[in-house]
Amino acid sequence: MNRRRWNRYAIEVAALKVLRPLGIAFFVVITVFPFYYMVMLSMRDISAVIDAPGQLLIGLDEITSDAYERVLKPTSQGGEGFLRFLLNSAFLGLATVAVTIAVSILGAYAVSRLEFFGRRTVHFLFLSVYLFPAILLAIPLFVAFSKMGLRGELWVLVIVYVAQTLPICVYMLRNYFETVPVSLEEAAEVDGATRLQIIRKVTLPLAVPAIAATGLFVFMIAWNEFLFALLFLVEERQNWTVSLGVSQLTNIETPATTLMAGSVILTLPIIVLFLFAERLMTEGLTRGAEKG
Amino acid sequence: MATTLEPEVKAVGTRRARDTRARRDSRAGVALVSPTVIVVGVMVVLPVLWALLLSFQRIRLLQIRRLDLIGGEYTLRNYDLLLSSSDFFVTVRTTLYYSVFGTLGAILLGLAAALLVRRSFRGRALVRGAFLLPYVAPVVAIAFIWQVLLSPQLGFVNAVGTGILGWDEPIPFLSQEKGNITLFGLSVGVPTALLMVILFEAWKSFPFAFLFILARLQAAPADLEEAARVDGATPTQVFRYIILPQLMGVIALIAVLRFIWTFNAFDEIYLLTGGGAGTEVLATQVYSFLTARNDVGASAAVAMFMAAVLAVVLAFYLKVFGDRERQP
Repeated sequence: MNRRRWNRYAIEVAALKVLRPLGIAFFVVITVFPFYYMVMLSMRDISAVIDAPGQLLIGLDEITSDAYERVLKPTSQGGEGFLRFLLNSAFLGLATVAVTIAVSILGAYAVSRLEFFGRRTVHFLFLSVYLFPAILLAIPLFVAFSKMGLRGELWVLVIVYVAQTLPICVYMLRNYFETVPVSLEEAAEVDGATRLQIIRKVTLPLAVPAIAATGLFVFMIAWNEFLFALLFLVEERQNWTVSLGVSQLTNIETPATTLMAGSVILTLPIIVLFLFAERLMTEGLTRGAEKG
Repeated sequence: MATTLEPEVKAVGTRRARDTRARRDSRAGVALVSPTVIVVGVMVVLPVLWALLLSFQRIRLLQIRRLDLIGGEYTLRNYDLLLSSSDFFVTVRTTLYYSVFGTLGAILLGLAAALLVRRSFRGRALVRGAFLLPYVAPVVAIAFIWQVLLSPQLGFVNAVGTGILGWDEPIPFLSQEKGNITLFGLSVGVPTALLMVILFEAWKSFPFAFLFILARLQAAPADLEEAARVDGATPTQVFRYIILPQLMGVIALIAVLRFIWTFNAFDEIYLLTGGGAGTEVLATQVYSFLTARNDVGASAAVAMFMAAVLAVVLAFYLKVFGDRERQP
């Protein structure tokens, strides 16, 4: 009996020793390969792709930037006008971050620090909002902004994105504020500081890493968003976001290489920000640890 | 006289100070939270309530310039038409398949990935970062990568399938409603396109499950496992009897969140198949009712149906797991 169990133990341990690296390799392949494929295809010539669709390596002499030129050039020069879309997406993202962060700092501070009527209800309401189907919200907003004749405006989309990201931001910042000791604020209050002064001079400087991480998170949501951009902007080409621009590249004449070049332009800023955000978050954590 | 009065005056004074302090805090709280409440109220709560009213009206998009906010005739016709059409129940069934299996796939992949990178090894941080890629990348980009990979003309998958695996002809993965797989002489019908969007959903969302499960794994005390191992438990026994029970809470939470988000998902299916080839779900139906048929009332009715289903799921989760979570 004992010997049999030992056998099973040895077999399992030996099997795991082989399976673990295989499993890790499997996951690395399925997560990295599609992105590698995208980059590689975007630099190939479409006729070469059709001739050898199974080819995974690209010769240095084969590399071409034609697809990128076509995507970035303005429509007046026969391109797809993505430079303009990049500016639109950047504006949308930055404006959404600025408004969302400003509003949610106040809201999160109130929810974490102040006892007021309806405090708990407010918090519950925010979270339930996050679970609603975006498509349900899209109908009344689409109808209302169409009726007002404002549907194609970029700033309207900023308001929509702010409303979509506020609940999660308040939630994230509140969690952070609750780790900042109240005693610091009380000391400032004894010195005669007002509530807004306390927020600006005491709480915010401590929360900078958390605010930066939350801001990057909001920017990523706004940059990646597709449904509202499609519904609101599709008829206003000069206001398209990069996401919307790529999604509209799929007519028959657009070669797959162009589609992939557009996808690279869409993905690259997000991957860079993601790498940056990961480091920022760990930095914020270690800074907190140093102070005890 | 003055000496006997003083403590009383002091007591009244501090109570008054505490009162005004509480009132001041309360006023400040309401003032600070009001911008958030106003934005969410005007842009989320009111629209949802209005959508409820719209779902009981016969409104077409072309009439909206003449439409007034509340007025109009109320009727059950939108719901009546929906519930009496067999197509609607096909869509509901597809949505359920998509959400249940997409969620299940994401959790299984996430669990496997978390167990694999649990112990440290060289390059672990890099591997962890790579695992998160499908979740952070823009959905439009990854949907088109999959579309190109699966394309019958120039897709890599079909090139490998026909070139190496010996398929007779390329498979139109995203436009084939029913395919046949022949295994050991047995032919099985497969909903090809639906299977592909489910796989896509599982692949795209597994990093979410991975992150949560990994965090829970790293918070789990090591001595329990150590004790089990000393007693001669094999790795699969340790997993089954020590690790898995500790993960059930977080897995249930991921399951309900992922189910809700997959149930609501529009982008993925719209971009991959456009809702064709047997992949029409409720969210894409809302969109096509709104934009292609210009039928605001019917699309609002479908969206309300979705919200009702989610409310039931959420209530069920809170009833079963809500109490358990409050325990330490």
